[in-house]
Amino acid sequence: MIPELGKYTATVLSAYGISLALLIGIVVQSLWKARRMKARLDAAEARRKDG
Amino acid sequence: MSIWEYANPKKFIATADAVLPWISGLAVVFLVGGLVWGFFFTPDDYRQGSTVKIFYLHVPAAMMAINAWVMMLVTSLVWLVRRHHVSALAAKAAAPVGITFTLIALITGAIWGQPMWGTWWEWDPRLTSFLILFLFYLGYMGLWQAIENPDTAADLTAILCLVGSVFALLSRYAVNFWNQGLHQGASLSLDKQENVADVFWYPALVSIAGFVLLFIALILIRTKTEIRARRLHAIEMRERMG
Repeated sequence: MIPELGKYTATVLSAYGISLALLIGIVVQSLWKARRMKARLDAAEARRKDG
Repeated sequence: MSIWEYANPKKFIATADAVLPWISGLAVVFLVGGLVWGFFFTPDDYRQGSTVKIFYLHVPAAMMAINAWVMMLVTSLVWLVRRHHVSALAAKAAAPVGITFTLIALITGAIWGQPMWGTWWEWDPRLTSFLILFLFYLGYMGLWQAIENPDTAADLTAILCLVGSVFALLSRYAVNFWNQGLHQGASLSLDKQENVADVFWYPALVSIAGFVLLFIALILIRTKTEIRARRLHAIEMRERMG
């Protein structure tokens, strides 16, 4: 499955592993923050309408 | 129709919501496509061996680290000149994405440099200016957090962004300016003689497109979040006062 990387296997895999973890991290954090902020704003808007 | 219509937060959010599924979908297709192509289906380089596969991450990340700062510079200037809040918030939204790309470029460069140059780090003009760019990103984000008044924060971070642009430019052109250090010149060029071989060039292009699209998608998502945070802050201030 994984191509033959020879003596640089650890080098290449660590570069891909760390980079993908950082990319996934920023995507997940952005989506989580977006969702949380929308929920908080919706609640505040509802409070404003009620009050 | 004018571009300034998007300075209206509602218009911006509506437009972002309409285009985000397309941009996100294309980002996934290009990013996965480019990285899978580069990792699984390209040959080793005769000098670098399999470490050439790091190229498909390092080059797009480094390009986008600089381009993110350029985008922040443009939106900061728009804020300073025209006082459009969406513009300042877009700059704020771009910083965490830009610092992530900078970190990827620095880490993959160090990992690649160890076997190829025999060192993880060298105080080479391009590496050093990239590290300073990383520190500018940190300072920029810290400054936004440190100042409570959002307009003052936008003003001061915009000035910091102007200063940091020198290092964004240096990190791109340092190799040409000083013509010394370990880091080689641009790997990608429109000149066919200077450019890398096609077998590496095409997957790199796809990967770059993936990074660009991912950047745009994240900026749209994060700018929407910042617009909502600003609105929430205003409501909460009103609640506290009244």
